[in-house]
Amino acid sequence: MWPAFLDALLLQSGYNAALVAVGAALLGIAAGSGGTFLFLRKRALVSDAVAHATLPGVGLAFIVMVALGGDGRDLLGLLLGSAITAWIGLVLVEWMARRTRLAEDAAIGAVLSVFFGFGIVLLTVIQTMSAGRQAGLESFLLGATAGMLFQDAVVIAVGGALAVATVYLLRRPMTLVAFDPDYAAAYGFNVKRIDLVMMGLVMAVTVIGLKLVGLILVVAMLIIPPVTARFWTDRTDGVIWIAGILGGVSGYVGAALSASAPSIPTGPIIVLVCFGLFTFSILFAPGRGVLAAVIRHQRFQVRVHRRQGLLALAHGEPIFDPLTITVLRRSKLIRRDRVATEAGRAQAAKALRDEKRWEVARRVYHDEAISGRYDGLTPIETVLTPDEIAAIDREIGGPTTVGGAV
Amino acid sequence: MGHEFVQLSLTPLLIGILAAIACALPGNFLILRRQALIGDAISHVVLPGIVVAFLITGAVSTWPMMLGAAGAAVIAVILIETIKRLGRIEPGAAMGVVFTAMFGAGVLLLEQSDTSNVHLDVEHALYGNLESLIWLSAEGWHSIMDRTALAGLPPELPRMAVVTAIIAALTLLFWRPLKISTFDEGFASAVGIPTGVLSFALVVAAAVAAVAAFDAVGSIIVIAMFICPPAAARLMTNRLETQIWWSVAFATLSATLGYIFAGHGPLWFGGTNAVSAAGMIATVSGAILALACLFAPHRSRTGAPREG
Repeated sequence: MWPAFLDALLLQSGYNAALVAVGAALLGIAAGSGGTFLFLRKRALVSDAVAHATLPGVGLAFIVMVALGGDGRDLLGLLLGSAITAWIGLVLVEWMARRTRLAEDAAIGAVLSVFFGFGIVLLTVIQTMSAGRQAGLESFLLGATAGMLFQDAVVIAVGGALAVATVYLLRRPMTLVAFDPDYAAAYGFNVKRIDLVMMGLVMAVTVIGLKLVGLILVVAMLIIPPVTARFWTDRTDGVIWIAGILGGVSGYVGAALSASAPSIPTGPIIVLVCFGLFTFSILFAPGRGVLAAVIRHQRFQVRVHRRQGLLALAHGEPIFDPLTITVLRRSKLIRRDRVATEAGRAQAAKALRDEKRWEVARRVYHDEAISGRYDGLTPIETVLTPDEIAAIDREIGGPTTVGGAV
Repeated sequence: MGHEFVQLSLTPLLIGILAAIACALPGNFLILRRQALIGDAISHVVLPGIVVAFLITGAVSTWPMMLGAAGAAVIAVILIETIKRLGRIEPGAAMGVVFTAMFGAGVLLLEQSDTSNVHLDVEHALYGNLESLIWLSAEGWHSIMDRTALAGLPPELPRMAVVTAIIAALTLLFWRPLKISTFDEGFASAVGIPTGVLSFALVVAAAVAAVAAFDAVGSIIVIAMFICPPAAARLMTNRLETQIWWSVAFATLSATLGYIFAGHGPLWFGGTNAVSAAGMIATVSGAILALACLFAPHRSRTGAPREG
């Protein structure tokens, strides 16, 4: 499996596999970067409605093309049909959410299920048509890459490139609308039109993703990469490009995996690679990741225990908390028999003195910016200037030695 | 008419109606709580649960599969909550991440395992096979009183009936706390209703309805019935009690008309073969919702400022 996988990664496992891998990577980039705005606008699941609404379009396009005497399986025609019904679905979601008192999620669910149901009805109609027996339109549900033609790959590549270009050109206004539509409107942008472009982008990605990953899973390519990218950066530009890269990598690696093992379907494996990247990010991303949060929490805990331990030493109180003892022992502030060391006594004296300084400071400065900073942990030096501290020191007198013995 | 109807149409029709009602009841509350898409998510994630149950037992047997599906639904709900909390991600996106990944895993497992000799595939999971749930041993209306004929009923019918009855009973039993916590969660917890437990229980009830209906009729009907009849009912009235009755009526109407159209509609247009009943039921429920959106008495938003 490994050599086959490496071959596929290096585009060495045949013409078709290479075509699929490149197409999947392009689709991933377009989906990841385009989906970012949807995610920022908190409307990620609208894409689910759009994706399911493509199915009746595929069916209708097939019927129309056969009725006109054509083949019915022409990809461009099918995609055009799917785009039309996807657009209708999108407009209906907007209309229901705006004109009736139903919430957007209900509108999404209604459009999704009804369009999909109608699409299934059309598929069963097509199955009974004489031309429909071999149509294989079911492949649009979960994607099928086995019989991909060069022209299909070109459609995906051109569509993906156009989508990425649109993202690049319109990233500023779309960011503005995603964060603050009112401000964008006041600034002179046509919010409605930009929203439409955003949705058009989502629709375009969905439609070109149909052949590759299928309409049920293409949603994953729009949602998972932006959510993942959000863990790595706080900047919109960063999210857009990281999401694009993550989507591209998932598409490429997923397609290569599926090329190296014929029993692995392309769509699901791409989604799972994507989810793998997501899992890694939620666990290990710096800042927002779970591991980072755990480390942050532990550091905080250690600081609190160290502080409380030092104050206890200063007051000559016995320490019982095992964690406090461990923390103090580890930084060599107490001995094994829990008696303070030289360094421990010095730091305890400083902690007590700082506590007294804070007491005075909070009495003297009524300013929230200063007294509000008191949490028992913030060093007073970070809040007050040296001469302010000196003034406080004059009030409380010179340093005293503490904690000679327990 | 009587003989053929009882044999071929009565049971699928009843199963369709029961499934529709079982989903529509919790759907009313889900819609009011802005959790309408939970139904969508659940119906996607039951696939891996069913496949795993199949891989473990090695057979298409109902109870392990129901358990697997319910387990998967619970895992999905927990995962969504975890991702929401840990990553501080909005609920919609968290849901999208979880259900697509789990559905993908389900499809992958299904394709990897040897299911060629059993009736288990993605299409079946999506649109079920309502038409095949016929009552072969029936010979007419009198078979309803006939023990031996009743033994030949498709097992989905009693199962669906039990689940629907349970859901209806639960709705009645917890009516007050459900209603209060749906409209004013703060007040509900102030008067001592455990809103967190109730909310989770509602999702579990929805999952049970979804799994039972899914087994019989496929996931499209499940999603459609969770949302369309309650949404249409919501536009008909301002009272929750009335809304529930409307939703039950709409669900029944959708299932009945959908089934009839699927079976007989093509004949009216000169076709010879029936179309998917599940798809048709969803389509009819959508048509009802569309009519409600256009003409229902309480369709427009009142009291709230218009969103620009």
